[in-house]
Amino acid sequence: MSRVTFTIDGKTATAEQGQTILKAAEAAGVYIPRLCACKDLVPHGSCRVCSVRVNGRIQAACVQIVTEGAIVENESDEIREYRRNIIDMLFVEGNHFCMFCEKSGHCELQALAYRFGIAAPRYRYLYPKREIDLSHPDVYLDHNRCILCGRCVRASQDLDHKNVFQFVERGCRKRLQVDGEALAATDLRVTDEAVASCPVGALMRKRVGYAVPVGRRPYDEIPIGKDIESPGEE
Amino acid sequence: MPTSETIRKHTILPLTRVEGHGKVTIHRNGDGEVEQARLHIVEFRGFERFILGRPYWEVPVIVQRLCGICPVSHHLAAAKAMDRIVGGERLTPTAEKIRRLMHHGQMFQSHALHFFHLASPDFLFGTDGTAASAFSAPVEQRNVLAVAARHPDLAVQGVMMRRYGQEIIRATAGKKIHGTGAIPGGVNKNLSLSERDALLRDAGRMLAWARGALAIARDFTMDHLVELTPFGSFDSNHLSLVRGADGALDLYDGVLRAVDKDGNRLVDDVDYQRYLEVVGEEVRPWSYMKFPFLKKLGPEQGWYRVGPLARLNTCSFIDTPEAEAARRTFLSLTKGRPNNVTMCYHWARMIELLHSIESIRVLLEDPDLQGEDLVVTGPRREETVGVIEAPRGTLFHHYRVNRNDEVTLCNLIVSTTHNNEPMNRAVTRVAKDHLRGGDGIPEGLLNHIEVAIRAYDPCLSCATHAVGGMPLIVELHDADGVVVDRRVRGGG
Repeated sequence: MSRVTFTIDGKTATAEQGQTILKAAEAAGVYIPRLCACKDLVPHGSCRVCSVRVNGRIQAACVQIVTEGAIVENESDEIREYRRNIIDMLFVEGNHFCMFCEKSGHCELQALAYRFGIAAPRYRYLYPKREIDLSHPDVYLDHNRCILCGRCVRASQDLDHKNVFQFVERGCRKRLQVDGEALAATDLRVTDEAVASCPVGALMRKRVGYAVPVGRRPYDEIPIGKDIESPGEE
Repeated sequence: MPTSETIRKHTILPLTRVEGHGKVTIHRNGDGEVEQARLHIVEFRGFERFILGRPYWEVPVIVQRLCGICPVSHHLAAAKAMDRIVGGERLTPTAEKIRRLMHHGQMFQSHALHFFHLASPDFLFGTDGTAASAFSAPVEQRNVLAVAARHPDLAVQGVMMRRYGQEIIRATAGKKIHGTGAIPGGVNKNLSLSERDALLRDAGRMLAWARGALAIARDFTMDHLVELTPFGSFDSNHLSLVRGADGALDLYDGVLRAVDKDGNRLVDDVDYQRYLEVVGEEVRPWSYMKFPFLKKLGPEQGWYRVGPLARLNTCSFIDTPEAEAARRTFLSLTKGRPNNVTMCYHWARMIELLHSIESIRVLLEDPDLQGEDLVVTGPRREETVGVIEAPRGTLFHHYRVNRNDEVTLCNLIVSTTHNNEPMNRAVTRVAKDHLRGGDGIPEGLLNHIEVAIRAYDPCLSCATHAVGGMPLIVELHDADGVVVDRRVRGGG
């Protein structure tokens, strides 16, 4: 397969023809932060956390194909600020209480906040009133923590070959909807890929919370992205 | 009967800043005599409401946010309750001992914090010639910085003892504050050998310092017995958990026991799952806080005290040798009958401090702490009560959980609530004894009131001893609401 050459933050790298910038950067040992992008799922380009500047234009690295001679900016102050704003907005738009959330230490949103040094959001909390669906015997859905990344939607359709989740409404009213009155009425199983795909604490297995002690959780010792940037130090 | 035209009202606001913002109001008649004094906890927390609808396994982690000083108490009380929800109340030896170690770590750090940082200025500066009474030292000496300047060795001990307790909590709960160690049916980690060895290294020094702290509290009490005995004091009932088998002091688990002022048992050997048969709660229109009472005696006679003083009055003995010897000395003061002296809370607290470090040393040597069997489950239940002896007293957590794992009922009776009536009585007694005649507010009254409250609950005691001084405002209003006198202290 022919390869293309590009630069990312001044570093020259090569990539497979047709590879996304995100994957190409990853192969070159450069981590590009992301939330809606997930291994084994078709890229979605919706969260925009992976935004990079490509030949002068802002693009979503998870869907943009790398081209010969492309100049990619990933770690500039401008891009960092851009991403930080997105993460900030995700926090204030939902009800994210990391201090008691069982996803703490496993949560990609929280891990990104730490990576970007976000101690507190700069925007006003919206405190939306959202529901928690505990009807399913083995899984629960807490809409307070949903960031609308669509991972569960894609995983359910593409990997589980079901249609448990879908988005409804648009704009600020957009929300995740299940295929039925409640989660218990769907054909979701605890072993479905959709359940494992959630990057935050929205779609969770029941009765396993806090089983991993503080200090041994995935992001306690290995910050997000470290596995790509310094794989030998894991 | 005084009329509204003759009643004058003093308000102390804010009294404190931790857990519940408090204020004191003092009502005086036209002759300047105190008619009534009330302690108000004016903050509404709402935990009992917003826990509803959440999955039950979140509860031990959420409710501990009630408090930053003794969150482990809420963590463990809720975990004990949730043990029953998952049918796992018969914990493995490893899980129970890890939890007990965590609890003793908390007891040690909380009691040390209260004694050295909050209460010690009362003990250390009241008798050096600058004060008229045992605890009316000048305001500039009533803080931890003054302790550090005049008694640096004690200040260091206070910091290091608190740190030691916090290290135990970190080793067992994962974090020093608001950890996740106790989960329904057990714990999520054991104690590694390296963690154990690190804690054992300092245990001997902590024991020595605990002995020293106990000696300070005991000697201060004995040296000023005439002054301390009536200060904010009154006869009362006492309630706590005691060990089911033999009535020993047990801070983690047991059965309910209550005694009257003479030591007669009013309640004994009661499973706390049946606490509603024993304890009622009265609502009074002027306070957000309820007034618990023993149903057997009713609201007028059934109120009681909890906490270190109550625990030493209810238990049959202490199962660690040095603390038991100290308890016997303590009881000899009252010839074996319950001690009803409010200021003796401090002495009792230091006996518990000693008990905790003795217990920690025993637990650390127990190989069960390195066990791997951490969680048990059994048949599900839908209703549960968890009770623990927190540093400040008995703590009740009552929940219902439906089949969807959703919390549908939450009732918490915390130590401060049990001590509501006693603290009000202490405030009234001090106000009546020390506020006499005139329109103004006598110098020292504020601290006298806080000394009485501080004996019960460090959550309401940091006002005077905070670094820089907490803002404290006392206003004297006439019947039309006009301020006729006002004093402002601190805020720096």
